[in-house]
Amino acid sequence: MTDMPLSRPTDMADRKPSASLLEQDARTKARNAAEKRFRLYGVAAIAISMIALVVLLATILTGGAGAFRQTYLNIPVELDAEILDPKGNRDPAEMAKVLTLSYGKVLDAAVEATVARHGLQIEGLSEKDIDNLISKEASAQVRDRVLAEPELVGQTVEFDVLTGGRIDGYFKGRVTMESAERDSNTSPQQLQLAQELADRGEMVTRFNWNFLRYADASDQRPEAAGLGVAILGSFYMMLVVLVLAVPIGVAASIYLEEFAPKNRITDIIEVNISNLAAVPSIVFGILGLAAFINFAGLPQSAPIVGGLVLTLMTLPRIIIPTRAALKAVPPSIRDAALGVGASKMQSVFHHVLPLATPGILTGMILGLAQALGETAPLLLIGMVAFIRDVPGGLPSGLFDPASALPVQVYNWTQRSDPAFIERASGAIIVLLIFLLCMNVLAIWLRRKFERRW
Amino acid sequence: MPLSWALLASFLLAAAGYVVGRGRALASVGSDARRLHSRPNYHGCSVALTALLPPLAVLAVASALRLTDVLTDETGAVVGILALVAAIGGLGLGVMRIGQEFQARNVVERMVLGLLMLCSLIAIVTTAGIVLSLVFETGHFFQIYDWKTFLFGTEWTPRFQGNSQLGIVPLLWGTMYVSAIALLVAVPIGLFAAIYMSEYASRRVRGFVKPAIEVLAGIPTIVYGLFALITVGPLLRDYFAQPLGLGNSGTSVLTAGLVMGIMLIPFVSSLSDDIINAVPQSLRDGALGLGSTPSETVRQVVLPAALPGIVGAVLLAASRAIGETMIVVLGAGAAAQMSLNPLEAMTTITVKIVSQLTGDSDFNSPETLVAFALGLTLFAITLVLNVVALYIVRKYREQYE
Repeated sequence: MTDMPLSRPTDMADRKPSASLLEQDARTKARNAAEKRFRLYGVAAIAISMIALVVLLATILTGGAGAFRQTYLNIPVELDAEILDPKGNRDPAEMAKVLTLSYGKVLDAAVEATVARHGLQIEGLSEKDIDNLISKEASAQVRDRVLAEPELVGQTVEFDVLTGGRIDGYFKGRVTMESAERDSNTSPQQLQLAQELADRGEMVTRFNWNFLRYADASDQRPEAAGLGVAILGSFYMMLVVLVLAVPIGVAASIYLEEFAPKNRITDIIEVNISNLAAVPSIVFGILGLAAFINFAGLPQSAPIVGGLVLTLMTLPRIIIPTRAALKAVPPSIRDAALGVGASKMQSVFHHVLPLATPGILTGMILGLAQALGETAPLLLIGMVAFIRDVPGGLPSGLFDPASALPVQVYNWTQRSDPAFIERASGAIIVLLIFLLCMNVLAIWLRRKFERRW
Repeated sequence: MPLSWALLASFLLAAAGYVVGRGRALASVGSDARRLHSRPNYHGCSVALTALLPPLAVLAVASALRLTDVLTDETGAVVGILALVAAIGGLGLGVMRIGQEFQARNVVERMVLGLLMLCSLIAIVTTAGIVLSLVFETGHFFQIYDWKTFLFGTEWTPRFQGNSQLGIVPLLWGTMYVSAIALLVAVPIGLFAAIYMSEYASRRVRGFVKPAIEVLAGIPTIVYGLFALITVGPLLRDYFAQPLGLGNSGTSVLTAGLVMGIMLIPFVSSLSDDIINAVPQSLRDGALGLGSTPSETVRQVVLPAALPGIVGAVLLAASRAIGETMIVVLGAGAAAQMSLNPLEAMTTITVKIVSQLTGDSDFNSPETLVAFALGLTLFAITLVLNVVALYIVRKYREQYE
């Protein structure tokens, strides 16, 4: 505080005492101004963080909301028996030989018929524009339905088919007449046709449950891409983490907190755990690749490998809060148990552990939430691959290739079609909803069971 | 498959052992449990554990041997039978031991303690695994690639036909540049937020702002990455880079740095908050009593007292920034270059680890193996930062206790 006037007598002579107590002298004014400025910096810092949070969430939410709505075209399809069941015996095994391509032709005819039925005449509209109105995925979906119900062949059945990505984008405002002008995959005429069909109620945009059910789709069909495989893969990995990391983490914490003698080895373990918690997550991915895939020969992209990597990463993050929870149980509880003749082990398992459970559960849920959002290590163990097949049931499904929610987001950001950015934001919304639920559960547990001694 | 059957059978035997052990212990004293040394449940547990642990050990040793190619896949059936024999042997031993005087509880507790100890060793095994896998593969890399070129080379041009230039210097430069920008954003904002919350804010403001900042900490990094890619990157390109003629890249060092800075704000602020709160109230009271304003108290008393802890927090944040992957993968770009222009795309160590190890990789080529050397570098840098930071923080915490 050397710059204060009192410590410098020379200043004293220069300073005139102010005339009134109500009037501040220059020095006080400057100090008060500095005080105000300092406070303002603090407010600004908090305001910047809040604005960043709001902008971040708003961008993702507005960008991703579109993924939950999808445009469908309702058309009657004449399932021509000549094409779809050439042998005519309605045997699914025989019908499976008919390729998706043939269904595409049937659908194209159906779309053209619908356009003709409404008598829509648009200048410059090509046949390709009409056929591309619907997604390439639609023929595969019709085929699946026909193979499941062979008796449909020969009838005219109403189908809600996915429209193409550009048409879907038009109804969500992503594609405009101007952008269609420059786009080789669509044309203003096509969009005009789509608008006409929508005006007649044949084309509707509605809530898209399939986003949560479908598997990933190739680069040309963003409209059919969904999160089914990713959600299942993430679920399997969380299961592995829950089964492995929680018991091991709790056991390790109990040993370190209650039983470990204070010696070199314990010290090393403790320093090790706090360091592991700060090791970059991508290093765990390298470990997973080297140890589990190259050395142990586990399959790439499998949820079991992802789960193991996340387990190793989550362990220190479970151990640290668990130890804090155990430490918070007062020693008098232990002393009382020992006093009435319980062994050390009994005092821990019968008294300390139950009292620490709420804290342990909170730490566990937050650890799992972190593991759920982790991306980098999963990229290295091959989960970024394009996976269309839904993994099987437990336990063999753990070894099937799968994706994971955050990895699916990354995957979609690498595609060229802007429709995938909307999907990626939508996937993030799903991820954030899961995380929100886990955090709310953790907070609720803490509020409900927290005890203070 | 025989192995999982053996495992299942061992669990069944252990369950049966529990029932048998409990019954036999009770029978040995004519159903009067008071005459037993340990309660019947402990006898059951002791039999179950002696039946379960030997086959588990056999299976663990066998799988370890199979991984190191000492055993072939065909020996699976033999191992399974061996495990079963071990289980039955353990079960027999456990059942034989039961008697009025047998101290089942002590035996069970010793075994449980052993298991607890084993679990706590996993942290060490993990670290050893990380170090071994990194060092081993890096050794491979340096056998086929000159280490001097790797450490001091200023060019990064991997080619899959061979003859690649794999110098780490441009990647280090990118990493440091991005991290420096991130810290320039995060440290002042985080620190001022922490100071405001601990010294000025009312309870109500604190109760609202603190959780909101913690929400920032709970958001996965991929979300920040996407934010950098679709919002911040184009924004900087359209409003700064292009008008100023500084380039027209959607990904840039500044994009990644800014977004990473936002990500680090809660990290810096919560650590600093703890540290500032640990400064004894008497120091503040003394300063205020001498007539200093609250801001003078913070600047001249609280901050100097908290400085070592804050330095530790900044080092931890730096280690986070250096190891961060998704934000730089999506925000910083993939071009390895050394430039001072923050609006140009540059790349970092983590980005190159991801790009060299995703897709089909040949684990004998230097282009793939270099990722392990990069990983080792990253691990070494962050380890040093973490050790120093944790040491400072811990030392500081003791100072006022």
